[in-house]
Amino acid sequence: MPATIPAAIPATAAQAPLPTVRRDIAPLLLVPALMLAMLPLVGSFPTWVTLTVAGLAMGMMIFIMASGLTLVFGLMSVLNFGHGAFVSVGAFTATLVLLPMRGWLEVDSLLLNLGVLALAVLLAMVVTFLLGWAFERVIIMPVYGQHLKQILITMGGMIVAEQLIHVIWGADTIAVPLPTALRGAILFGDAAIEKYRLVAVAVGAVVFVAMFLILNRTKLGLLIRAGVENGEMVEALGYRIRRLFVIVFAAGSSLAGLGGVMWGLYKETLAASMGAEIMVMIFIVVIIGGLGSVGGCFIGALLMALVANYTGFLTPKFALVSNIVLMIAILLWRPCGLYARGRV
Amino acid sequence: MLRPEPGAGATAPLLRLAGVHTHIGQYHILHGVDLQVARGELAVLLGRNGAGKSTTLRTIMGLWKASAGSIHFDGRDITGLATPDIARAGIAYVPENMAVFSELTVRENLVLAARNGPFDRERVDWICGFFPALRKFWDYPAGNLSGGQKQMVAIARALVEPRQLLLVDEPTKGLAPSIVQSLIAAFRELRERETTILLVEQNFNFVRSLGDSVSVMDDGRVAHAGGMAALAQDAALQQRLLGLALDAHQ
Repeated sequence: MPATIPAAIPATAAQAPLPTVRRDIAPLLLVPALMLAMLPLVGSFPTWVTLTVAGLAMGMMIFIMASGLTLVFGLMSVLNFGHGAFVSVGAFTATLVLLPMRGWLEVDSLLLNLGVLALAVLLAMVVTFLLGWAFERVIIMPVYGQHLKQILITMGGMIVAEQLIHVIWGADTIAVPLPTALRGAILFGDAAIEKYRLVAVAVGAVVFVAMFLILNRTKLGLLIRAGVENGEMVEALGYRIRRLFVIVFAAGSSLAGLGGVMWGLYKETLAASMGAEIMVMIFIVVIIGGLGSVGGCFIGALLMALVANYTGFLTPKFALVSNIVLMIAILLWRPCGLYARGRV
Repeated sequence: MLRPEPGAGATAPLLRLAGVHTHIGQYHILHGVDLQVARGELAVLLGRNGAGKSTTLRTIMGLWKASAGSIHFDGRDITGLATPDIARAGIAYVPENMAVFSELTVRENLVLAARNGPFDRERVDWICGFFPALRKFWDYPAGNLSGGQKQMVAIARALVEPRQLLLVDEPTKGLAPSIVQSLIAAFRELRERETTILLVEQNFNFVRSLGDSVSVMDDGRVAHAGGMAALAQDAALQQRLLGLALDAHQ
């Protein structure tokens, strides 16, 4: 094809000054600013390190569980109040590996411990992926565009999932053993940091980086980002966005399953209601971050967990409402959340 | 599944709407639209605000479903097909609001439009020949561009891969005259390359020298269909068909 340039084309547009790309870094500064601000208030450096790492670990786990939901919100405009079901199902599915192979978790071998854990996580993610796929096809698909029905039917879905867990695993809570290699703490000077929390931080960071790379470096990511912004135009370009919906929904469910396994090991006990209980925190994080924004969700999760940990130490009574106060403060500053819709 | 239209041949119109009705909720917007676009021509759809021009394009794209009537494209019945299937049949669409993906860069907008793999750099060079600003703002978020530049991105996105039919909805709306001149050059070049275009416009001055054929819509129907040259030379016909709306846009 010849590169013909008609002579009649004016140069006005090309000569216009370059637009300034405004990089919105204010939300990025919130987490380090909060951590630094809390250091003098906490007083003791080792205590501050312990609180901070615990907050980061909790934040990472919440981010893993919430990241799928924010994409489902942003891309599909679906209010999925049943997202917590995947957290519970993921955690309980992992017991199918963790409990029979308890012996391998208790031997003093990092390789065996991690091998069993990886197998449990893999099984949980596969099961929740398939369950998410079925959930989207059977429960979500008939109610696209009908928010009230979405709320009702997804809450119903979560109740059904909880009862199925009772049927399969019983109504009692289940104790899950933390692998021996991940028990105990590492001392950094006078600061004691639990090994499992470091693992949670590492896994959360890996998930965030992987999501960031997929969303920003692949065509699938481009499609998701474009779909969050304008799904109709994505269809007009010839892409079947419904297929994208189901992939994103199932992947988000799978991440919730991973988060469920990690949360269960963190708490060391599982209850069928664990998903429903954590949904409040997940929704707060999604709202703080801005619907559809994975970056916002990441910052929101870290902020919420850090605030909960610091206030729990400094003013325990205030800790009960710290999440809500944080959400109100963020929404007063940015009514659409930290990052506007579509920014990932 | 695309169904071949009986008797379809090279001389058949590329696009044919017959008695198309469209409802949006409880509102009946299109009342039996009949429209034909021949291969290689630049067809213009004129009409005042609310006449049903944009609805016609959206119905062709399947964004709103036709409640009655038929739409045939390239000899195949596309009535009721899903929007992605209609796009894959060879129709590109530039909506009235441009709908560029503002969080994506200009490059990413075009990468997304290249459905069949990496885009053809030679073709992109050709498109940038019309709109040099695209190259300048290549790695800028499209949301940071001016209205005219966004329109360039939207049109470039529709052109990045060859399509048989280009649907463009009011491309000059709110644009500076210099940008409109770029668009005129682009559409002339496209017409010479035998790209078939259906252009919705209210700016009669913009299309009078461009269009091969013209259809004028009123109240959800095509009130007039004929050659653009005939309409351009007949002030009385313009007055009758376009009335005050024409004066307002000249």
